[in-house]
Amino acid sequence: MLLFALRRLLLSIPLLIGITFISFLVIGLAPGGPLDFLTPEDPNASPEVRQRLIQEFGLDQPVHVQYWRWLTRVVRLDFGRTFLPDGKPVLTKIGERLPITLLLNAVEMLIILGLAVPIGVLSATRQYSLYDKVTTIFVFVGFATPDFWLALLLMFLFGVQLGWLPISGLRSLNWEYLPFWQQQWDFVGHLLLPIVVATFGGLAGFSRYMRQSMLEVIRQDYIQTARAKGLSERAVIGKHALRNALLPVVTVLGLSLPGLIGGSVIIESIFAIPGMGQLMVQSVFSRDYPVVMGNLVIVASLTLVANLVADIAYVFLDPRTRES
Amino acid sequence: MHQAARVAAVLALAGACALVSACSHDVEGKAEELSMGSEAPAYGDTFIQASIGDISGLIPSLTSDASSHEIGGLIYDGLVRQDKDFNTVGAIAESWTVSKDCLELTFKLRRDVKWHDGHPVTAADVLFTYKSMIDPKTPAPFKEGYLLVKDAEALDPYTVRVTYAKPYARALDTWSDYVLPKHLLERYAAEGKLRESPQNRHPIGTGAYRFQEWRTGEKVVLLANPYYYEGRPYIGRLVYRVIPSQATIFLELKAKGVDYVRTLTAFQYARQTDYPAFRKAYHKFKYPSQFYTFLGFNLKDPRFADRRVRHAFAYAINKRELIDGVVLGLAREANGPIRPGTWAYTDEVKRYEYDPEKAKALLAEAGWKDRDGDGIVEDKDGKPFAFTILTNQGNDERKKLAEIIQQRLKEVGVKADIQVIEWAAFIKEYVKPRRFEAVILGLGTGTDPDQYAVWHSSQTGPDQMNRTGYANPEVDHLLEIGRASCIQQDRVKYYRRIQEILAEDVPMLFLYFKDEVPVVSSRFRGVKVAPAGILYNFSEWYVPRQLQRYTAG
Repeated sequence: MLLFALRRLLLSIPLLIGITFISFLVIGLAPGGPLDFLTPEDPNASPEVRQRLIQEFGLDQPVHVQYWRWLTRVVRLDFGRTFLPDGKPVLTKIGERLPITLLLNAVEMLIILGLAVPIGVLSATRQYSLYDKVTTIFVFVGFATPDFWLALLLMFLFGVQLGWLPISGLRSLNWEYLPFWQQQWDFVGHLLLPIVVATFGGLAGFSRYMRQSMLEVIRQDYIQTARAKGLSERAVIGKHALRNALLPVVTVLGLSLPGLIGGSVIIESIFAIPGMGQLMVQSVFSRDYPVVMGNLVIVASLTLVANLVADIAYVFLDPRTRES
Repeated sequence: MHQAARVAAVLALAGACALVSACSHDVEGKAEELSMGSEAPAYGDTFIQASIGDISGLIPSLTSDASSHEIGGLIYDGLVRQDKDFNTVGAIAESWTVSKDCLELTFKLRRDVKWHDGHPVTAADVLFTYKSMIDPKTPAPFKEGYLLVKDAEALDPYTVRVTYAKPYARALDTWSDYVLPKHLLERYAAEGKLRESPQNRHPIGTGAYRFQEWRTGEKVVLLANPYYYEGRPYIGRLVYRVIPSQATIFLELKAKGVDYVRTLTAFQYARQTDYPAFRKAYHKFKYPSQFYTFLGFNLKDPRFADRRVRHAFAYAINKRELIDGVVLGLAREANGPIRPGTWAYTDEVKRYEYDPEKAKALLAEAGWKDRDGDGIVEDKDGKPFAFTILTNQGNDERKKLAEIIQQRLKEVGVKADIQVIEWAAFIKEYVKPRRFEAVILGLGTGTDPDQYAVWHSSQTGPDQMNRTGYANPEVDHLLEIGRASCIQQDRVKYYRRIQEILAEDVPMLFLYFKDEVPVVSSRFRGVKVAPAGILYNFSEWYVPRQLQRYTAG
């Protein structure tokens, strides 16, 4: 078991290098370079600054040299500094934005799970009932509703018309002067709408998955057996069926781990939340290679780790995969 | 009688206060109605500005975005600055003299200017700023003005003399750049690490506002500098909020969550804010921006090299229609590249009123006639006049302009296609290598009329700004003498002549200078619109005591 994990871990190193190398090549292929954004389209700008920056960033070197330089720094955990005028280290830039994104996504994931599992189970056990139809419509409406549209409507209703909730941002302006508990409440108030919007949109996937998986399980012979031996419906569904139905969901959950650090650009922009989604998009648009690569390395590593964790979890949960 | 009046005043004041606090969410804006009580300037309150993008750094000389310079202007000062009509006035320098031959500039510094940490500002700081800017290790996008300086020296701790090798018209303009603190930055400048210095995150300046905090992607907070040498500003705190969505900014305005937006969209200005409650809660302003939008021709293309064709296009396109249709009237017709309201501007140049018949006649004169009756004009070899207008993605305005222009050109028999391309590719693959027939773009103008880089025939390299390939010996000459003179009366003549020639030559179709349309919460007093905008006198703005909404820390 340990050997298996170790082997998988070692194998993922060349994979990671491959991923980063291809990414490095691909961003280089995008038209325009960082300098097109740093040196303004302005008659008064000095052209020699351009040359100077190209040298400083090492962009005058061939791609493989650039990649090698980057790789040798990254193995020492030095991700370099952004090309933008704020000159901050890449890790600082990511560190500033990661906590809020993690928090939002974790809360969102918990709520989605908390709602999707019961919705899915009930829809499955009462297939084609009114409840099933209503929830199906509900989750698909959520899936089909554009984030930004729902967000703006809710902001208009709760922020402008009723004045109950703040419209955007993370904290009120007088936050520093509030007592401790009011500070927390203020913060929660700011996160309420973004979480509602994100959850509403994400409910469909998991609840459908849960329903499907449950439907398969309750048609199995062992469920019939459980019923035949006189167990209550509650015990049949809650104990025997649910456990088995959750198995694939756990796998999907593991695979969505990397998604925890990628924020939704639309939600972040609309609610003015300084998260990872905005950082990633801004760095891609401004061809800020160090930040783009830093982000990619983190996402890629998390994906590989999540894969591994999901595989291992499977071994533990499902005795059938344990033989080898 | 006297007593009664005072009681009434106090009552009015109390009433207003109660209303303000009760109605902080009130969209109707009734509170402002009771503001007649006392209009006396008062210290305090917070000014909340909303903006789409974050600032990119707090050493503004290293950045090129407008927001960083706007915030920087409150934290730092230059030796001189520009007043509401773009005249140069003293800031850190109390006076200056220019030698007769224009080669020497001598600044006398004020003795009462201090850095926010208490250090006095002296000639050493000015020299340090100059030296760090000419240092090739400093990645400042605008250093041209400094590079032309031959020598800079301190005659005494409060006198700086700058010498130029040859006269340079914008010499004085250069010194409106912000002075940087030598005692905090010397080490970083020497290593070429200005961007990584703490000053870029937590600046110490000389300006009316001191830096308080910058939360990335969220907000920048500044506090009034009580020791500011021109007097303590009234407004106690300034919050610059980053809200990346224009729709959200608008909702925040409706809920009175922000006090100032630099510019609304045309639709918001003309339609969505045109209701009584909004007009009561906010004042809308309007002034020409420094950006003009143009349809640029590639003058290397033989079709566009013919001035008659360009004239025909000028007659075929109705600028008024473009302005009304695309930006809902919020722009001024451009007749040339000089910003209206600046001293060199003139509107006494040739104009081209919309006249499609004249356009057809001019095309015919240039050999373009509809020979096969398909509605498109052809040259004598039967080749139809068809070309492509390029513009960049993400700018709806330019796309709409292209569509209207396309329609108007079709009416005179010219077939125009439109291609919209992502910004980076657009600039790199098409504009810089001049692989275009016609483009729609915008260009910023400074407050100085010198546009050598845009119009001089020597400036046509790939990274240079004369994109259309315009070459006119008389304009070249005027540009050269214009930037080498420091006598404004002479320069006015040169630049007026340049505007006349450009209007004759039509190297591009100058479409319009778009208006900036800021809104400011109506509780702020002292806001006056001028050619330079509205923020030029920000430190004189105030909120009467009973209208103050925030208690600044």
